[in-house]
Amino acid sequence: MEAAMGLMRRIHPKQTETALSALLSLLPDHSSDLLSQVDQPLQVLCDVECGKEFILCEYNRDADSYRSPWSNKYHPPLEDGPHPSPELRKLEIEANDVFTIYRDQYYEGGISSVYMWEDDNEGFVACFLIKKDGSKSGHGRRGYLQEGAWDAIHVIQVGAEEEGTAHYCLTSTVMLSLTTSDESSGTFNLSGSIRRQMNMDLSVAEGHLCNMGRMIEEMESKLRNSLDQVYFGKTKEMVCTLRPPPEGVQLRLPEI
Amino acid sequence: MADFEYQDPEPELSENQKKEIAKWFLLNSPAGEIQYVAKDLRSVLMDEKVYNMAVSEAFPLYNKSYMICLEMPDRSGDVLVTSFGELDENEYLDPRTAQVATVDHVKQVCTEVRHAIDEELPSAYIEEFRCALDAEIIKYVGEAYPKGVCSVYCINGKDVEEPGSDFELAVVISASKHSPQNFCNGSWRSVWIIEFKDDQQVVEVRGTMQVGAHYFEEGNVQLDANHECRDSTILQSPEDCAISITNIILHHETEYMTSLEASYSNLPDTTFKELRRKLPVTRTLFPWHNSLQISLTRDITKELGIGK
Repeated sequence: MEAAMGLMRRIHPKQTETALSALLSLLPDHSSDLLSQVDQPLQVLCDVECGKEFILCEYNRDADSYRSPWSNKYHPPLEDGPHPSPELRKLEIEANDVFTIYRDQYYEGGISSVYMWEDDNEGFVACFLIKKDGSKSGHGRRGYLQEGAWDAIHVIQVGAEEEGTAHYCLTSTVMLSLTTSDESSGTFNLSGSIRRQMNMDLSVAEGHLCNMGRMIEEMESKLRNSLDQVYFGKTKEMVCTLRPPPEGVQLRLPEI
Repeated sequence: MADFEYQDPEPELSENQKKEIAKWFLLNSPAGEIQYVAKDLRSVLMDEKVYNMAVSEAFPLYNKSYMICLEMPDRSGDVLVTSFGELDENEYLDPRTAQVATVDHVKQVCTEVRHAIDEELPSAYIEEFRCALDAEIIKYVGEAYPKGVCSVYCINGKDVEEPGSDFELAVVISASKHSPQNFCNGSWRSVWIIEFKDDQQVVEVRGTMQVGAHYFEEGNVQLDANHECRDSTILQSPEDCAISITNIILHHETEYMTSLEASYSNLPDTTFKELRRKLPVTRTLFPWHNSLQISLTRDITKELGIGK
């Protein structure tokens, strides 16, 4: 299992799906471990009843069906798929509404879905998902990207309320890929995935949604920032080590 | 490349299917990481026979595709493992020293060298062009790449003895840096195909540059960039050809490096913004405490049909 995760750390992020199915076929006995530890690009289905798209993940799946956060129904229909309690469903509806606006403001497009379910410790778990296609042909506002995908998965475990506070444990993964391509500079692609965790004890005076929202917003900004500054920066540094930028060389040789 | 598909794990995979999967992982290893991938793969496979088949097929392809550089045992320098210099699967010509290196692909070492025989080398006429270009390229690579290795091969018409016929050279530049302790690896590869066309008295130059970088400390982020270009110059003496071809290469590679830097500097405010903005359109953090109200307002505007 450790070796399998080692392979996933090296294989190109764009090939995650192929690599995962390859590992699943080599290690059928570890399939549940692999599926829970390897994040895959998010898939989308259309809720025909509401005419809205929703995101699929392990948390809204039962057998081969997925529950839509909009109609609360399974697609394809499933007789006795689990649903959150009426109280939690109310929070789930609200979270979906608010998260739609949040997503619009930061992503200028894309799809989002929020799922919640009760856990065994009197608390609950919420999963916030965002999928954005930022390519020219997708939701890219400015048309810079030949291809551009951002998938964010935020899973928050909310502990039971004690004396007005609750414990929140957030695990977030961002997977992204962006490609620009043109005649004069060729094809340029950056892809990657990172995962981070954040723990907080917060007063529930303003409600769980407020707390979860703020944590996710902070986490997303941190992840975006470290991808931009650290991860992309390190690859740039590497390129400049291989072939240091022009200046010095250009001085010596005349242009053609 | 990969000719396997994920099937229900029920039927046990055949040895051949396992080998193909293993090869796929090996061939898709980032620059400088195939040994690590092989090690992990060995423990995943738990089948030495399949593992050995996979490595023996995948390593030669990987080594040639990354144009790895190996030290020759007699201290006569480095040899590049490329398809241009391949005499047979384990023998690679080093045109500069006119030697043939025997390579152990899986260990990625050069085990012995011998002098090349006449049939393996170009004619004296071609060698003049090749050698002059090699000398200029060495100078250029020495200045532009701190760890660059280069080689110039004759890939067509090596037996041409005098003016009147076409021939082709290939310039290969390979630079790589591996620092596993910093979780970072990268490679730069450029291949320039130089066609000497006698009837038109021109030299046509076609180049492909490929750059890759992998940073994987608590994550996995990879850069993949490539670019192709063309140019030409007039056919002159070997020395003059060498200078003008090297200038063409220098010009295009420098330009490409500049465009790579531009791609990076466009990231924060243009390209990356297409995926997610740093701040919302409102330029302030999201008002979570008012969220209920926002969502109500939104519902109302939607109902009244005054929204977007």
